[in-house]
Amino acid sequence: MRLRTQTAYAFLTPYLLVFLAFWIWPIANSFWLSFLNTRSANWTFNPRVTWGRLLVDPAFANALWNTLIILVIQVPIMIALATVLATLLNSSMLKARGLFRFAFFAPVVVGEVAYAAVFRLMFNHEFGIINKMLAVASVPAIPWLSSPNAAMAVIIIAVTWRWAGYNAIIILAGLQSIPEDVYEAATLDGVSKTRQFFFITLPLLRPVIVLCVVISVIGTMQLFSEPFLITNRGGPGQATETLGLFLYRQAFGAFNFGYASAIAYTIAALAIVISLINLWLGRERE
Amino acid sequence: MRSKSSAEFRRKIALHAALVPLALIWLFPLWMMFVFSTMSENGIFSPGIVLTPSDQFVQNFVVLERDVGFLRATTISILVAAAYTLLSVALTSMAGWALASYRFVGKGVVLATILGTLTLPYFVVVIPQFIMVARDFGLDNTWFALIVPPLFNSLGVLFMRQTFQMMPGELFDAARVEGVKEWRIFLFVGLPLARPAIAALSIILFLHSWNNYLWPLLINSKPAMMTAPVALGSLIGLTKVSWGGIMTGAVMLTAPMLILFVALQRHFVAGISAGAVK
Repeated sequence: MRLRTQTAYAFLTPYLLVFLAFWIWPIANSFWLSFLNTRSANWTFNPRVTWGRLLVDPAFANALWNTLIILVIQVPIMIALATVLATLLNSSMLKARGLFRFAFFAPVVVGEVAYAAVFRLMFNHEFGIINKMLAVASVPAIPWLSSPNAAMAVIIIAVTWRWAGYNAIIILAGLQSIPEDVYEAATLDGVSKTRQFFFITLPLLRPVIVLCVVISVIGTMQLFSEPFLITNRGGPGQATETLGLFLYRQAFGAFNFGYASAIAYTIAALAIVISLINLWLGRERE
Repeated sequence: MRSKSSAEFRRKIALHAALVPLALIWLFPLWMMFVFSTMSENGIFSPGIVLTPSDQFVQNFVVLERDVGFLRATTISILVAAAYTLLSVALTSMAGWALASYRFVGKGVVLATILGTLTLPYFVVVIPQFIMVARDFGLDNTWFALIVPPLFNSLGVLFMRQTFQMMPGELFDAARVEGVKEWRIFLFVGLPLARPAIAALSIILFLHSWNNYLWPLLINSKPAMMTAPVALGSLIGLTKVSWGGIMTGAVMLTAPMLILFVALQRHFVAGISAGAVK
Protein backbone atom coordinates (compact mmCIF):
# COMPACT_ATOMS: atom_id res chain seq x y z
CA MET A 1 0.00 0.00 0.00
CA ARG A 2 1.40 3.39 -0.82
CA LEU A 3 1.42 6.25 1.64
CA ARG A 4 -1.76 8.36 1.39
CA THR A 5 -1.48 10.65 4.35
CA GLN A 6 -3.45 13.52 2.83
CA THR A 7 -6.39 11.40 1.70
CA ALA A 8 -6.50 9.60 5.04
CA TYR A 9 -6.65 12.81 7.06
CA ALA A 10 -9.33 14.23 4.81
CA PHE A 11 -11.51 11.35 5.99
CA LEU A 12 -10.26 11.38 9.59
CA THR A 13 -10.26 15.07 10.46
CA PRO A 14 -13.96 15.62 11.24
CA TYR A 15 -13.98 12.76 13.75
CA LEU A 16 -10.55 13.59 15.15
CA LEU A 17 -11.66 17.15 15.95
CA VAL A 18 -14.54 15.92 18.12
CA PHE A 19 -12.39 13.15 19.58
CA LEU A 20 -9.63 15.56 20.59
CA ALA A 21 -11.96 18.27 21.89
CA PHE A 22 -14.37 16.09 23.87
CA TRP A 23 -12.31 13.06 24.81
CA ILE A 24 -8.51 13.46 24.69
CA TRP A 25 -8.35 17.03 25.96
CA PRO A 26 -10.78 16.38 28.84
CA ILE A 27 -8.79 13.29 29.86
CA ALA A 28 -5.65 15.41 30.18
CA ASN A 29 -7.51 18.38 31.62
CA SER A 30 -9.21 16.48 34.44
CA PHE A 31 -5.88 14.92 35.38
CA TRP A 32 -4.48 18.45 35.76
CA LEU A 33 -7.62 19.61 37.58
CA SER A 34 -7.18 16.82 40.12
CA PHE A 35 -4.16 18.70 41.49
CA LEU A 36 -5.88 22.09 41.77
CA ASN A 37 -7.75 23.69 44.59
CA THR A 38 -10.80 24.76 42.59
CA ARG A 39 -12.53 26.32 45.54
CA SER A 40 -10.18 29.27 45.72
CA ALA A 41 -10.84 32.28 43.48
CA ASN A 42 -7.81 31.47 41.34
CA TRP A 43 -7.40 27.76 40.88
CA THR A 44 -4.06 27.02 42.50
CA PHE A 45 -1.89 23.93 42.63
CA ASN A 46 -2.72 22.17 45.90
CA PRO A 47 -3.06 18.37 45.72
CA ARG A 48 -3.48 18.26 49.50
CA VAL A 49 -7.13 19.34 49.15
CA THR A 50 -7.80 16.82 46.36
CA TRP A 51 -5.66 13.68 46.48
CA GLY A 52 -4.78 14.32 50.10
CA ARG A 53 -8.44 14.67 51.06
CA LEU A 54 -9.29 11.29 49.49
CA LEU A 55 -7.21 9.62 52.17
CA VAL A 56 -9.04 11.20 55.08
CA ASP A 57 -12.57 11.87 53.81
CA PRO A 58 -15.00 9.43 55.51
CA ALA A 59 -17.64 10.22 52.87
CA PHE A 60 -15.26 9.01 50.16
CA ALA A 61 -14.41 5.88 52.15
CA ASN A 62 -18.14 5.21 52.52
CA ALA A 63 -18.79 5.60 48.78
CA LEU A 64 -15.79 3.40 47.94
CA TRP A 65 -16.95 0.74 50.39
CA ASN A 66 -20.52 0.75 49.01
CA THR A 67 -19.27 0.51 45.43
CA LEU A 68 -16.98 -2.42 46.24
CA ILE A 69 -19.76 -4.22 48.13
CA ILE A 70 -22.08 -3.89 45.15
CA LEU A 71 -19.25 -5.00 42.85
CA VAL A 72 -18.36 -8.08 44.87
CA ILE A 73 -21.95 -9.25 45.29
CA GLN A 74 -23.63 -8.13 42.10
CA VAL A 75 -21.10 -8.94 39.37
CA PRO A 76 -20.60 -12.65 40.25
CA ILE A 77 -24.35 -13.24 40.67
CA MET A 78 -25.13 -11.54 37.38
CA ILE A 79 -22.39 -13.26 35.37
CA ALA A 80 -23.33 -16.69 36.74
CA LEU A 81 -26.97 -16.01 35.93
CA ALA A 82 -26.09 -14.73 32.45
CA THR A 83 -24.01 -17.84 31.75
CA VAL A 84 -26.83 -20.14 32.80
CA LEU A 85 -29.35 -18.09 30.83
CA ALA A 86 -27.22 -18.14 27.68
CA THR A 87 -26.72 -21.92 27.98
CA LEU A 88 -30.44 -22.56 28.45
CA LEU A 89 -31.41 -20.17 25.64
CA ASN A 90 -28.93 -21.94 23.36
CA SER A 91 -30.50 -25.36 23.97
CA SER A 92 -31.93 -26.98 20.86
CA MET A 93 -34.81 -28.35 22.94
CA LEU A 94 -36.15 -24.89 23.75
CA LYS A 95 -39.65 -23.98 22.54
CA ALA A 96 -40.80 -20.37 21.97
CA ARG A 97 -37.18 -19.24 21.84
CA GLY A 98 -38.12 -15.75 20.62
CA LEU A 99 -40.41 -15.18 23.60
CA PHE A 100 -37.72 -16.16 26.11
CA ARG A 101 -35.12 -14.03 24.36
CA PHE A 102 -37.49 -11.08 24.52
CA ALA A 103 -38.05 -11.57 28.25
CA PHE A 104 -34.36 -11.52 29.12
CA PHE A 105 -33.01 -9.17 26.45
CA ALA A 106 -35.73 -6.49 26.65
CA PRO A 107 -34.21 -4.71 29.71
CA VAL A 108 -31.20 -3.88 27.50
CA VAL A 109 -33.25 -1.22 25.68
CA VAL A 110 -34.95 0.20 28.78
CA GLY A 111 -33.56 3.56 29.87
CA GLU A 112 -32.16 4.19 33.34
CA VAL A 113 -34.83 6.70 34.32
CA ALA A 114 -37.75 4.54 33.22
CA TYR A 115 -36.58 1.42 35.00
CA ALA A 116 -35.44 3.30 38.09
CA ALA A 117 -38.94 4.77 38.39
CA VAL A 118 -40.60 1.35 38.23
CA PHE A 119 -38.22 -0.23 40.73
CA ARG A 120 -38.69 2.65 43.11
CA LEU A 121 -42.45 2.25 42.97
CA MET A 122 -42.38 -1.56 43.19
CA PHE A 123 -40.18 -1.48 46.28
CA ASN A 124 -42.17 1.22 48.08
CA HIS A 125 -42.50 0.28 51.74
CA GLU A 126 -46.23 0.75 52.26
CA PHE A 127 -47.74 0.50 48.80
CA GLY A 128 -45.14 -1.36 46.75
CA ILE A 129 -46.27 -4.45 44.88
CA ILE A 130 -43.30 -6.44 46.25
CA ASN A 131 -44.32 -5.97 49.87
CA LYS A 132 -47.98 -6.59 48.97
CA MET A 133 -46.98 -9.92 47.43
CA LEU A 134 -44.77 -10.79 50.39
CA ALA A 135 -47.76 -10.08 52.64
CA VAL A 136 -49.73 -12.76 50.78
CA ALA A 137 -46.96 -15.17 51.79
CA SER A 138 -47.21 -13.79 55.36
CA VAL A 139 -43.80 -12.13 55.14
CA PRO A 140 -43.79 -8.86 57.09
CA ALA A 141 -43.26 -5.72 55.01
CA ILE A 142 -39.57 -4.96 54.37
CA PRO A 143 -38.56 -1.28 54.53
CA TRP A 144 -36.77 -1.67 51.18
CA LEU A 145 -35.74 1.93 50.63
CA SER A 146 -35.33 3.06 54.23
CA SER A 147 -33.15 0.27 55.60
CA PRO A 148 -29.48 0.45 54.55
CA ASN A 149 -29.04 -3.24 53.75
CA ALA A 150 -32.39 -3.61 52.01
CA ALA A 151 -31.68 -0.50 49.92
CA MET A 152 -28.39 -2.05 48.82
CA ALA A 153 -30.29 -5.21 47.90
CA VAL A 154 -32.71 -3.18 45.77
CA ILE A 155 -29.81 -1.58 43.87
CA ILE A 156 -28.25 -5.01 43.29
CA ILE A 157 -31.56 -6.52 42.15
CA ALA A 158 -32.22 -3.59 39.81
CA VAL A 159 -28.77 -3.64 38.21
CA THR A 160 -28.93 -7.41 37.79
CA TRP A 161 -32.34 -7.15 36.12
CA ARG A 162 -31.08 -4.47 33.75
CA TRP A 163 -27.75 -6.07 32.72
CA ALA A 164 -28.04 -9.90 32.99
CA GLY A 165 -29.57 -10.13 29.51
CA TYR A 166 -26.90 -7.88 28.04
CA ASN A 167 -24.21 -10.24 29.30
CA ALA A 168 -26.24 -13.26 28.19
CA ILE A 169 -26.24 -11.85 24.63
CA ILE A 170 -22.45 -11.67 24.66
CA ILE A 171 -22.06 -15.14 26.21
CA LEU A 172 -24.60 -16.56 23.75
CA ALA A 173 -22.49 -15.26 20.87
CA GLY A 174 -19.51 -17.02 22.49
CA LEU A 175 -21.48 -20.25 22.87
CA GLN A 176 -22.51 -20.22 19.24
CA SER A 177 -18.89 -19.99 18.15
CA ILE A 178 -18.09 -23.34 19.84
CA PRO A 179 -18.11 -25.96 17.04
CA GLU A 180 -20.93 -28.50 17.31
CA ASP A 181 -18.66 -31.52 16.67
CA VAL A 182 -16.90 -31.02 20.01
CA TYR A 183 -20.18 -31.94 21.72
CA GLU A 184 -20.94 -34.71 19.24
CA ALA A 185 -17.61 -36.35 19.99
CA ALA A 186 -18.21 -36.00 23.75
CA THR A 187 -21.71 -37.49 23.46
CA LEU A 188 -20.34 -40.44 21.47
CA ASP A 189 -17.82 -40.99 24.26
CA GLY A 190 -20.71 -41.10 26.73
CA VAL A 191 -19.95 -37.81 28.51
CA SER A 192 -23.08 -36.53 30.28
CA LYS A 193 -24.58 -33.12 29.47
CA THR A 194 -23.70 -31.78 32.89
CA ARG A 195 -20.08 -32.83 32.58
CA GLN A 196 -19.99 -31.40 29.04
CA PHE A 197 -21.09 -28.04 30.47
CA PHE A 198 -18.39 -27.99 33.15
CA PHE A 199 -15.52 -29.53 31.19
CA ILE A 200 -16.14 -28.29 27.64
CA THR A 201 -18.46 -25.28 27.61
CA LEU A 202 -17.15 -23.34 30.60
CA PRO A 203 -13.43 -23.63 29.74
CA LEU A 204 -14.09 -22.60 26.13
CA LEU A 205 -16.23 -19.69 27.32
CA ARG A 206 -13.59 -18.39 29.69
CA PRO A 207 -12.36 -15.51 27.49
CA VAL A 208 -15.94 -14.33 26.88
CA ILE A 209 -16.83 -14.54 30.57
CA VAL A 210 -13.69 -12.62 31.52
CA LEU A 211 -14.72 -9.98 28.98
CA CYS A 212 -18.18 -9.74 30.58
CA VAL A 213 -16.65 -9.43 34.04
CA VAL A 214 -14.37 -6.63 32.86
CA ILE A 215 -17.24 -4.73 31.20
CA SER A 216 -19.38 -5.17 34.32
CA VAL A 217 -16.61 -4.02 36.66
CA ILE A 218 -16.09 -0.86 34.61
CA GLY A 219 -19.85 -0.28 34.59
CA THR A 220 -20.32 -0.89 38.31
CA MET A 221 -17.45 1.43 39.22
CA GLN A 222 -19.46 4.18 37.49
CA LEU A 223 -22.85 3.32 39.01
CA PHE A 224 -24.80 6.57 39.28
CA SER A 225 -28.41 6.62 38.06
CA GLU A 226 -29.68 3.77 40.22
CA PRO A 227 -28.67 5.21 43.62
CA PHE A 228 -29.49 8.70 42.32
CA LEU A 229 -33.06 7.80 41.35
CA ILE A 230 -34.12 4.55 43.03
CA THR A 231 -32.74 5.17 46.52
CA ASN A 232 -33.17 8.95 46.32
CA ARG A 233 -29.59 10.33 46.10
CA GLY A 234 -27.89 7.38 47.78
CA GLY A 235 -30.26 7.01 50.69
CA PRO A 236 -31.18 6.17 53.33
CA GLY A 237 -28.60 8.61 54.65
CA GLN A 238 -25.51 7.78 52.61
CA ALA A 239 -26.12 4.01 52.73
CA THR A 240 -26.19 3.50 48.95
CA GLU A 241 -23.96 6.36 47.90
CA THR A 242 -21.61 5.09 45.20
CA LEU A 243 -18.39 6.61 43.88
CA GLY A 244 -20.27 7.89 40.82
CA LEU A 245 -22.89 9.61 42.93
CA PHE A 246 -20.27 11.02 45.32
CA LEU A 247 -18.38 12.43 42.34
CA TYR A 248 -21.60 13.93 40.98
CA ARG A 249 -22.34 15.67 44.27
CA GLN A 250 -18.79 17.01 44.61
CA ALA A 251 -18.59 18.22 41.00
CA PHE A 252 -22.08 19.49 40.31
CA GLY A 253 -23.47 20.05 43.78
CA ALA A 254 -20.48 21.60 45.51
CA PHE A 255 -18.77 22.62 42.23
CA ASN A 256 -15.51 21.28 43.65
CA PHE A 257 -14.07 20.25 40.28
CA GLY A 258 -10.57 19.51 41.55
CA TYR A 259 -11.66 17.05 44.21
CA ALA A 260 -14.20 15.48 41.83
CA SER A 261 -11.45 14.98 39.22
CA ALA A 262 -9.33 13.15 41.78
CA ILE A 263 -12.34 10.91 42.45
CA ALA A 264 -12.77 10.36 38.71
CA TYR A 265 -9.17 9.23 38.35
CA THR A 266 -9.53 6.98 41.39
CA ILE A 267 -12.53 5.35 39.70
CA ALA A 268 -10.48 4.91 36.51
CA ALA A 269 -7.49 3.48 38.37
CA LEU A 270 -9.62 1.02 40.34
CA ALA A 271 -11.50 -0.06 37.21
CA ILE A 272 -8.21 -0.69 35.41
CA VAL A 273 -6.60 -2.54 38.33
CA ILE A 274 -9.62 -4.77 38.97
CA SER A 275 -9.94 -5.47 35.23
CA LEU A 276 -6.28 -6.43 34.99
CA ILE A 277 -6.62 -8.77 37.98
CA ASN A 278 -9.56 -10.43 36.23
CA LEU A 279 -7.68 -10.72 32.96
CA TRP A 280 -4.76 -12.24 34.87
CA LEU A 281 -6.97 -14.71 36.74
CA GLY A 282 -8.75 -15.66 33.53
CA ARG A 283 -5.64 -15.97 31.37
CA GLU A 284 -5.06 -19.10 29.31
CA ARG A 285 -2.91 -21.48 31.30
CA GLU A 286 -0.52 -23.89 29.67
CA MET B 1 -34.53 -46.31 22.52
CA ARG B 2 -37.64 -45.53 24.55
CA SER B 3 -35.66 -44.77 27.73
CA LYS B 4 -33.44 -42.34 25.82
CA SER B 5 -36.38 -40.38 24.46
CA SER B 6 -38.08 -40.27 27.85
CA ALA B 7 -34.86 -38.96 29.39
CA GLU B 8 -34.80 -36.31 26.71
CA PHE B 9 -38.42 -35.47 27.47
CA ARG B 10 -37.59 -35.04 31.16
CA ARG B 11 -34.72 -32.73 30.30
CA LYS B 12 -37.01 -30.70 28.11
CA ILE B 13 -39.50 -30.32 30.95
CA ALA B 14 -36.74 -29.35 33.37
CA LEU B 15 -35.40 -26.75 30.94
CA HIS B 16 -38.78 -25.08 30.59
CA ALA B 17 -39.57 -25.42 34.29
CA ALA B 18 -36.42 -23.42 35.00
CA LEU B 19 -36.87 -20.80 32.30
CA VAL B 20 -40.59 -20.01 32.49
CA PRO B 21 -40.63 -18.65 36.09
CA LEU B 22 -37.40 -16.76 35.46
CA ALA B 23 -38.82 -15.21 32.30
CA LEU B 24 -41.97 -14.18 34.16
CA ILE B 25 -39.89 -12.52 36.90
CA TRP B 26 -37.88 -10.70 34.23
CA LEU B 27 -41.01 -9.48 32.44
CA PHE B 28 -42.68 -8.43 35.68
CA PRO B 29 -41.18 -4.90 36.03
CA LEU B 30 -42.01 -4.06 32.42
CA TRP B 31 -45.53 -5.39 32.79
CA MET B 32 -46.02 -3.44 36.03
CA MET B 33 -44.69 -0.29 34.37
CA PHE B 34 -47.50 -0.64 31.86
CA VAL B 35 -50.11 -1.54 34.51
CA PHE B 36 -49.15 1.40 36.75
CA SER B 37 -49.36 3.77 33.80
CA THR B 38 -53.02 2.86 33.37
CA MET B 39 -53.98 3.13 37.05
CA SER B 40 -55.34 6.09 38.95
CA GLU B 41 -53.27 7.51 41.80
CA ASN B 42 -55.68 5.94 44.30
CA GLY B 43 -55.34 2.62 42.53
CA ILE B 44 -51.55 2.59 42.74
CA PHE B 45 -51.64 3.39 46.44
CA SER B 46 -54.48 1.06 47.40
CA PRO B 47 -53.78 -1.99 49.56
CA GLY B 48 -54.94 -4.59 47.01
CA ILE B 49 -52.75 -6.34 44.46
CA VAL B 50 -53.65 -5.28 40.93
CA LEU B 51 -51.87 -7.03 38.07
CA THR B 52 -54.09 -6.07 35.16
CA PRO B 53 -54.30 -2.72 33.37
CA SER B 54 -56.99 -0.16 34.10
CA ASP B 55 -58.09 2.75 31.87
CA GLN B 56 -56.42 5.90 33.22
CA PHE B 57 -53.49 6.15 30.77
CA VAL B 58 -54.74 9.31 29.06
CA GLN B 59 -55.59 11.04 32.35
CA ASN B 60 -52.13 10.18 33.67
CA PHE B 61 -50.54 11.52 30.53
CA VAL B 62 -52.43 14.81 30.88
CA VAL B 63 -51.01 15.17 34.40
CA LEU B 64 -47.49 14.37 33.18
CA GLU B 65 -47.81 16.88 30.34
CA ARG B 66 -48.93 19.53 32.83
CA ASP B 67 -46.07 18.73 35.24
CA VAL B 68 -43.09 18.73 32.85
CA GLY B 69 -44.24 19.36 29.28
CA PHE B 70 -43.41 15.83 28.28
CA LEU B 71 -44.34 16.15 24.60
CA ARG B 72 -41.84 18.94 24.04
CA ALA B 73 -39.18 16.99 25.92
CA THR B 74 -39.91 13.91 23.81
CA THR B 75 -39.67 15.95 20.61
CA ILE B 76 -36.27 17.24 21.73
CA SER B 77 -35.17 13.69 22.52
CA ILE B 78 -36.23 12.40 19.10
CA LEU B 79 -34.52 15.22 17.21
CA VAL B 80 -31.33 14.96 19.27
CA ALA B 81 -31.14 11.17 18.89
CA ALA B 82 -31.73 11.41 15.13
CA ALA B 83 -29.13 14.15 14.62
CA TYR B 84 -26.61 12.41 16.86
CA THR B 85 -27.05 9.08 15.08
CA LEU B 86 -26.71 10.64 11.63
CA LEU B 87 -23.63 12.67 12.53
CA SER B 88 -21.97 9.89 14.47
CA VAL B 89 -22.46 7.37 11.65
CA ALA B 90 -21.05 9.89 9.16
CA LEU B 91 -17.99 10.80 11.26
CA THR B 92 -17.16 7.29 12.44
CA SER B 93 -17.62 5.57 9.10
CA MET B 94 -15.33 8.12 7.44
CA ALA B 95 -12.72 7.62 10.16
CA GLY B 96 -13.14 3.84 10.04
CA TRP B 97 -12.71 3.94 6.27
CA ALA B 98 -9.46 5.90 6.56
CA LEU B 99 -8.07 3.50 9.16
CA ALA B 100 -9.05 0.46 7.12
CA SER B 101 -8.02 1.63 3.65
CA TYR B 102 -4.88 3.73 3.83
CA ARG B 103 -1.33 3.62 5.05
CA PHE B 104 -0.50 7.05 6.44
CA VAL B 105 1.77 8.94 8.78
CA GLY B 106 0.46 8.81 12.35
CA LYS B 107 -1.87 5.84 11.82
CA GLY B 108 -0.30 3.89 14.67
CA VAL B 109 -0.66 6.82 17.03
CA VAL B 110 -4.32 7.40 16.14
CA LEU B 111 -5.21 3.73 16.60
CA ALA B 112 -3.25 3.37 19.80
CA THR B 113 -4.87 6.51 21.25
CA ILE B 114 -8.37 5.27 20.44
CA LEU B 115 -7.76 1.75 21.75
CA GLY B 116 -5.74 2.86 24.75
CA THR B 117 -8.41 5.21 26.07
CA LEU B 118 -11.44 3.13 25.08
CA THR B 119 -12.24 1.74 28.49
CA LEU B 120 -11.62 4.90 30.52
CA PRO B 121 -14.68 5.77 32.60
CA TYR B 122 -16.87 8.58 31.30
CA PHE B 123 -16.45 10.39 34.63
CA VAL B 124 -12.86 11.19 33.66
CA VAL B 125 -14.07 13.48 30.85
CA VAL B 126 -17.40 14.76 32.08
CA ILE B 127 -16.06 17.51 34.35
CA PRO B 128 -13.84 19.24 31.74
CA GLN B 129 -16.60 18.76 29.16
CA PHE B 130 -18.99 20.54 31.47
CA ILE B 131 -16.55 23.35 32.27
CA MET B 132 -15.75 23.84 28.60
CA VAL B 133 -19.30 23.73 27.22
CA ALA B 134 -21.21 25.43 30.03
CA ARG B 135 -18.70 27.82 31.58
CA ASP B 136 -16.11 28.68 28.93
CA PHE B 137 -18.47 28.85 25.96
CA GLY B 138 -21.81 29.35 27.72
CA LEU B 139 -23.40 26.74 25.48
CA ASP B 140 -25.49 25.00 28.12
CA ASN B 141 -29.17 24.52 27.28
CA THR B 142 -28.46 24.41 23.55
CA TRP B 143 -28.86 21.79 20.82
CA PHE B 144 -25.10 21.91 20.31
CA ALA B 145 -24.49 20.82 23.89
CA LEU B 146 -26.83 17.85 23.55
CA ILE B 147 -25.63 16.63 20.17
CA VAL B 148 -21.94 17.42 19.62
CA PRO B 149 -19.93 16.46 22.76
CA PRO B 150 -21.25 12.87 22.85
CA LEU B 151 -19.94 12.40 19.28
CA PHE B 152 -16.51 11.53 20.73
CA ASN B 153 -17.67 7.90 21.09
CA SER B 154 -15.05 5.80 19.28
CA LEU B 155 -17.00 2.55 19.22
CA GLY B 156 -18.28 3.29 15.71
CA VAL B 157 -14.77 3.98 14.41
CA LEU B 158 -13.52 0.53 15.41
CA PHE B 159 -16.73 -1.14 14.29
CA MET B 160 -16.67 0.51 10.86
CA ARG B 161 -12.94 -0.04 10.47
CA GLN B 162 -13.47 -3.74 11.03
CA THR B 163 -16.39 -3.76 8.60
CA PHE B 164 -14.36 -2.15 5.81
CA GLN B 165 -11.36 -4.37 6.52
CA MET B 166 -13.43 -7.49 5.98
CA MET B 167 -14.46 -6.37 2.48
CA PRO B 168 -12.38 -7.70 -0.42
CA GLY B 169 -9.79 -5.03 -1.23
CA GLU B 170 -9.71 -5.90 -4.95
CA LEU B 171 -13.13 -4.32 -5.24
CA PHE B 172 -11.78 -0.92 -4.28
CA ASP B 173 -8.50 -1.40 -6.17
CA ALA B 174 -10.43 -2.09 -9.36
CA ALA B 175 -12.15 1.27 -8.96
CA ARG B 176 -8.82 2.95 -8.24
CA VAL B 177 -7.33 1.53 -11.46
CA GLU B 178 -10.26 3.09 -13.30
CA GLY B 179 -9.25 6.41 -11.78
CA VAL B 180 -12.29 6.81 -9.51
CA LYS B 181 -11.72 9.39 -6.77
CA GLU B 182 -11.29 8.09 -3.21
CA TRP B 183 -14.35 9.86 -1.78
CA ARG B 184 -16.48 8.37 -4.57
CA ILE B 185 -15.15 4.88 -3.81
CA PHE B 186 -16.06 5.41 -0.14
CA LEU B 187 -19.47 6.85 -0.90
CA PHE B 188 -20.60 4.59 -3.74
CA VAL B 189 -18.76 1.31 -3.14
CA GLY B 190 -17.75 1.10 0.53
CA LEU B 191 -20.81 2.58 2.24
CA PRO B 192 -23.46 0.62 0.31
CA LEU B 193 -21.61 -2.61 1.08
CA ALA B 194 -21.52 -1.64 4.77
CA ARG B 195 -25.29 -1.24 5.02
CA PRO B 196 -25.94 -4.06 7.54
CA ALA B 197 -23.14 -2.78 9.79
CA ILE B 198 -24.46 0.77 9.55
CA ALA B 199 -27.93 -0.45 10.50
CA ALA B 200 -26.60 -2.19 13.61
CA LEU B 201 -24.47 0.81 14.55
CA SER B 202 -27.32 3.29 14.02
CA ILE B 203 -29.64 1.34 16.29
CA ILE B 204 -27.10 1.22 19.10
CA LEU B 205 -26.24 4.93 18.74
CA PHE B 206 -29.89 5.97 18.65
CA LEU B 207 -30.61 3.91 21.76
CA HIS B 208 -27.59 5.43 23.54
CA SER B 209 -28.75 8.95 22.79
CA TRP B 210 -32.42 8.27 23.54
CA ASN B 211 -31.60 6.86 26.98
CA ASN B 212 -28.67 9.19 27.76
CA TYR B 213 -29.25 10.71 31.18
CA LEU B 214 -26.19 12.11 32.96
CA TRP B 215 -24.88 14.50 30.30
CA PRO B 216 -28.28 16.03 29.37
CA LEU B 217 -29.04 16.29 33.10
CA LEU B 218 -25.89 18.34 33.65
CA ILE B 219 -25.89 20.45 30.55
CA ASN B 220 -29.57 21.06 29.76
CA SER B 221 -31.29 21.65 33.05
CA LYS B 222 -33.57 24.47 31.84
CA PRO B 223 -37.12 23.07 31.55
CA ALA B 224 -37.51 24.34 27.97
CA MET B 225 -34.47 22.33 26.79
CA MET B 226 -34.82 19.14 28.84
CA THR B 227 -34.75 15.77 27.10
CA ALA B 228 -37.46 13.27 27.99
CA PRO B 229 -35.37 11.21 30.47
CA VAL B 230 -34.24 14.39 32.25
CA ALA B 231 -37.80 15.73 32.40
CA LEU B 232 -39.07 12.43 33.79
CA GLY B 233 -36.15 12.14 36.21
CA SER B 234 -36.90 15.61 37.58
CA LEU B 235 -40.21 14.26 38.94
CA ILE B 236 -38.73 11.23 40.70
CA GLY B 237 -38.05 12.12 44.31
CA LEU B 238 -40.52 14.98 44.57
CA THR B 239 -42.90 14.46 47.48
CA LYS B 240 -46.16 15.51 45.85
CA VAL B 241 -46.01 13.89 42.47
CA SER B 242 -48.24 11.76 40.28
CA TRP B 243 -46.74 8.28 40.03
CA GLY B 244 -49.30 7.40 37.40
CA GLY B 245 -47.92 10.28 35.36
CA ILE B 246 -44.33 9.16 35.86
CA MET B 247 -45.22 5.64 34.77
CA THR B 248 -46.94 7.00 31.65
CA GLY B 249 -43.70 8.76 30.78
CA ALA B 250 -41.68 5.62 31.48
CA VAL B 251 -43.93 3.67 29.11
CA MET B 252 -43.60 6.35 26.43
CA LEU B 253 -39.80 6.21 26.72
CA THR B 254 -39.67 2.41 26.74
CA ALA B 255 -42.40 1.22 24.37
CA PRO B 256 -40.89 2.63 21.13
CA MET B 257 -37.54 1.00 21.93
CA LEU B 258 -39.22 -2.33 22.75
CA ILE B 259 -41.08 -2.23 19.43
CA LEU B 260 -37.82 -1.42 17.62
CA PHE B 261 -36.14 -4.23 19.52
CA VAL B 262 -38.75 -6.79 18.50
CA ALA B 263 -38.66 -5.64 14.88
CA LEU B 264 -34.87 -5.42 14.61
CA GLN B 265 -33.68 -7.92 17.21
CA ARG B 266 -30.99 -9.30 14.88
CA HIS B 267 -29.38 -5.87 14.47
CA PHE B 268 -29.59 -5.12 18.19
CA VAL B 269 -27.90 -8.38 19.08
CA ALA B 270 -25.25 -7.85 16.38
CA GLY B 271 -24.59 -4.34 17.66
CA ILE B 272 -24.30 -5.43 21.28
CA SER B 273 -22.01 -8.39 20.61
CA ALA B 274 -19.87 -6.22 18.32
CA GLY B 275 -19.81 -3.44 20.89
CA ALA B 276 -18.56 -5.84 23.51
CA VAL B 277 -15.89 -7.42 21.34
CA LYS B 278 -14.17 -4.16 20.63
